[in-house]
Amino acid sequence: MADMSHAMKSPRYAGRRRRNAIAKSLAWIATAFGLGWLVLILGILLIEGIGGLSLSVFTENTPPPGSAGGLLNAITGSLIITILAVLIGTPIGILAGTYLAEYGRHSKLSSVVRFINDILLSAPSIVVGLFIYEIMVAPMGHFSGWAGAVALAVIVIPVVVRTTEDMLTLVPDTLREAAASIGLPRALMIMRIAYRAALAGIVTGVLLAVARISGETAPLLFTALNNQFFSVDMNAPMPSLPVVIFQFALSPYAEWQKLAWSGALLITVAVLALSIIARSLTASRKSS
Amino acid sequence: MTITNGHGLATAVPVATHAKVDTAGLPEKVSIKNLEFFYGDSRALKGITLSLYANKTTAFIGPSGCGKSTLLRILNRMYDLYPGQRATGEVLFDGDNLLRADQDINLLRARIGMVFQKPTPFPMSIYENIAFGIRLYESLPKAEIDARVESALRRAALWDEVKDKLNANGQSLSGGQQQRLCIARTVAVKPEVILFDEPCSALDPISTAKIEELIDELKQDYTIVIVTHNMQQAARVSDFTAFMYLGELIEFGATETLFTTPKDSRTQAYITGRFG
Repeated sequence: MADMSHAMKSPRYAGRRRRNAIAKSLAWIATAFGLGWLVLILGILLIEGIGGLSLSVFTENTPPPGSAGGLLNAITGSLIITILAVLIGTPIGILAGTYLAEYGRHSKLSSVVRFINDILLSAPSIVVGLFIYEIMVAPMGHFSGWAGAVALAVIVIPVVVRTTEDMLTLVPDTLREAAASIGLPRALMIMRIAYRAALAGIVTGVLLAVARISGETAPLLFTALNNQFFSVDMNAPMPSLPVVIFQFALSPYAEWQKLAWSGALLITVAVLALSIIARSLTASRKSS
Repeated sequence: MTITNGHGLATAVPVATHAKVDTAGLPEKVSIKNLEFFYGDSRALKGITLSLYANKTTAFIGPSGCGKSTLLRILNRMYDLYPGQRATGEVLFDGDNLLRADQDINLLRARIGMVFQKPTPFPMSIYENIAFGIRLYESLPKAEIDARVESALRRAALWDEVKDKLNANGQSLSGGQQQRLCIARTVAVKPEVILFDEPCSALDPISTAKIEELIDELKQDYTIVIVTHNMQQAARVSDFTAFMYLGELIEFGATETLFTTPKDSRTQAYITGRFG
């Protein structure tokens, strides 16, 4: 023990301990600062949102100013647009991700595609909205649910491309060689072995993409717009939760503001649930 | 000849059973002629000429980077998966050059199976790991596939350990069991040649002994090629040994001859542990 006490007495050791304490405190403060705002946001959302949450939120449509109502049309519209966006975006994303990870690994084209995909991944969503406005809404002459779904699909694609490529890259080459060694053609190897090994990760990517688009407002403002009435007509303007929240929160009417809080809480809970499912899928993949 | 196997499990494959074999008159399963191999511009194999005899085990030994794994991976065209790798020369498999461009590679790989360094079970059940390969080339009724799965697992000495959990994930088995599952998967496709690429380097001594025992049994039905960096293993399991160094085949011969009276000084230096 004599050696140790000697080391502990040295000025260098004392200085190191001091610096360690300072760095540790700074890390704690930074964490508390970041988490504090999050807790505050979620807390206010919960308090304001739960107050307005009732059965009528799910059974009645958005009301005219000054009267009570619900969010049924907005919830329905959001579900339809989101599901369609995922149906359009997922196959394209998975196929492109598969090309990058399996076929085009060493090709020039794939590095170009990867670069463009990264740009698309970080493109402001309002740009996507304007783009779809130009190529769909303007030629058709009116806003529509289709345009909204396509705009969100454009946001889904790069997320799915990226996670699919990443997850397929994690599948070890030895597994591909093993599949080839029993005479499995490449396409079958990808479908039967690589996809299976990467499945949880790819599903996680799709869920994260859903979480990402379920709160998007800007692309929908220029495409699906809004609708005060219940509508499942994809060729007509369609309401959605984010756009209704945007409109109602800015309004001067107390009932509308209350519904906006409730809508915000619904989206947050839905995104939270998706994230938890995605995380548990990733965890089960690791443990298996 | 006394060769210790380094972990006290000398019972697995007695070296003495490998009587001195004269290569003359043995049927050739694969003949490699003047084979060269390139990774991009660098030449990894230089003019290899070598015969693999039917129902015999041939070991490729040599220091790291000598080209023994490269040579093995040519035999089932595994290098085709990667761009920039090419082979010239001839590799006759039952008289047919397997390097020719119009070779059906998938069919070739079904006839020349491979077991890898690390166990590579597919992400599916033990049963499916084996049935998968069978269904690839044959459409059989369920009962027959069941029988084939069982016989493959028995052949790989794994049946008794897994017969009650055939639906468990193949990746849940221990390393040694996974490697035997991979051998069963390879055998189930009914290949003619089985290539082993350092099959025991990730395994403990007991699993290693089991695999070596298996290899010895399998050569009744298959032509076996094994790459190993473990000279004792080569001596234990093989009938013929090829010593390679810097991309060249230095010496080839009956295992016992090569290990007791090597002709080349480099072989002598390597097997006595003076380099490598």
